[in-house]
Amino acid sequence: MARGFAIRPMPGFTFIAILCFFMLYLPVSILVIYAFNGAQSIAVWGGFSLRWFRTAMVDTDVRDAALRSFEIAAVAAFVATTCATMAAIATTRTTPYRGLTFKYAFINQPLMVPEIVTAVALLIVFSRIKVWTGYSGLGYLMAAHTAFCIPFAYLPIRARLENMDLTLESAAADLYATPWKTFQRITLPLLWPGVIAGFMLAFVISLDDVVITEFVKSGGQDTLPTYMLGQLRRSFTPAMNAISTVFLVISVVIVTIFFFISRKKD
Amino acid sequence: MSRASDVAETAHRRDIRNRWLLSAPALVIIFFAAIGPLFVVLLYSFMVKGDYGDVKYWQFSTEGWFGVLFQRDIFDDTVTLADANIQIFLRSVRLSLMTTLATLVFGFPTAYFIATRPQRTREIWLFLITIPFWTNLLIRTYAIMEVIRNEGVVNSILLKTGIIQEPVQILFTDFSIMLGMVYVYLPLMVLPLYASMEKLDFRLVEAGYDLYATRFQVLRRIIIPLVKPGIIAGSILVFIPALGAYVTPRVLGGGKNLMLGNFIELQFGQGRNWPLGSALSITLMLIVMAALLVYVRSTSSSGASHG
Repeated sequence: MARGFAIRPMPGFTFIAILCFFMLYLPVSILVIYAFNGAQSIAVWGGFSLRWFRTAMVDTDVRDAALRSFEIAAVAAFVATTCATMAAIATTRTTPYRGLTFKYAFINQPLMVPEIVTAVALLIVFSRIKVWTGYSGLGYLMAAHTAFCIPFAYLPIRARLENMDLTLESAAADLYATPWKTFQRITLPLLWPGVIAGFMLAFVISLDDVVITEFVKSGGQDTLPTYMLGQLRRSFTPAMNAISTVFLVISVVIVTIFFFISRKKD
Repeated sequence: MSRASDVAETAHRRDIRNRWLLSAPALVIIFFAAIGPLFVVLLYSFMVKGDYGDVKYWQFSTEGWFGVLFQRDIFDDTVTLADANIQIFLRSVRLSLMTTLATLVFGFPTAYFIATRPQRTREIWLFLITIPFWTNLLIRTYAIMEVIRNEGVVNSILLKTGIIQEPVQILFTDFSIMLGMVYVYLPLMVLPLYASMEKLDFRLVEAGYDLYATRFQVLRRIIIPLVKPGIIAGSILVFIPALGAYVTPRVLGGGKNLMLGNFIELQFGQGRNWPLGSALSITLMLIVMAALLVYVRSTSSSGASHG
């Protein structure tokens, strides 16, 4: 009897787990299916059609918002990854020094404050600066996005640095390489997957942001998520499902690539 | 001898200076676009509110903080508790706690299921949990909205099968907000739970069974105490964003059922009471900080007890 006794399973756990996975994917799947609905309303199924993708694509508001989203995400992710890489190098492989814990806390701070609070804070400060300087371009959104992207870029880069083999760097130093040369030829090539992973996370996080963007944006600066939020308040058509589907595909592709990059290190 | 130590000392100092220079861009950006503005919010919470939003500069008052819990009658200045505000506070805390509990009830078995899979399939299950985590929160909320609308899938099925004659109003209720938050934040519970279950030593479980423990006893006396750090981490990770939630209650609550996040926004929009909005923001932040402190305390003490 003891032989047939499995110690791992718990009664009902597998059922709940499968149910959870099912429930996680069901609503999103329905959303995607209805993006291909030929009917005018979302209530009835009118056969397979791509008309809502066409409707969304020819809508200049959607196109502008999408382009703006990508522009902001690209700039924010690039700057955040660069800063995060430098900061990660500055905070790893060192004996603890005064200010190290402070740096950790500082860099991870955007993760710890509720988004709505940061959004309100930025609204207050940026609206003042907008009045003072007269500048109301995309710079504010880019700065805000960069700030909250830094911790997301920082985490995978730091993890990679900490798991890295130190002997190669020591070898380079033994062969009279300058610290810069060592970084360029040894550290950076080894760090690269972490940097790419960090960039991707930052990009997705920026692309997905609703709350901070909603509060910081000036008139006519809708990104795709804030455009959708505005539409949800009025009426919604299957075009929303089409936009969401494209958005989902982009996120899933980026996350899948990220998954395979970060898995390789084992 | 002393020269050598001087040289080492200078090198060490230079190293630390370089490290500060390297981290400077990140710190400066976060200071200007995240931390610094929080101090401005604190300052604003102590100013007199402007007539059309904003504040009257450098005119200080505690009226904003007063308004968090109290209200003053316009005619005779009698002070009463602001019932509406307290309602919103209580609803936010209640919905967040219920969301945390629900994600724990569903997330625990899910994390356990993933942690007990063989190595190869485990990664796939984990990946399936991670994908929703990284997909757009607004889209996931919209997906829930589609399902529970009066013309949505749930109501259509119930109507067609004749269980109900009239569509059930699920959308725009407290329940729909909670449902949405459970859906959106479930991965935040599963991931830390999994992280601590992955390290679970199943020899202890086996030892429990050898000593004639029932499955429930093993779960309660061995597994749950061992994965407690994961339970706490997951609960904090769900509770914090749930308490400050803005998008989910806005979309699924339909503007009637407010949570703290929406109430704060209201003060900066139609409410035109920036000091009150600022005071509410600081309050929310303090609650979150308190929750984080509890978390840090519990992880450091459990770490100590394990040696």
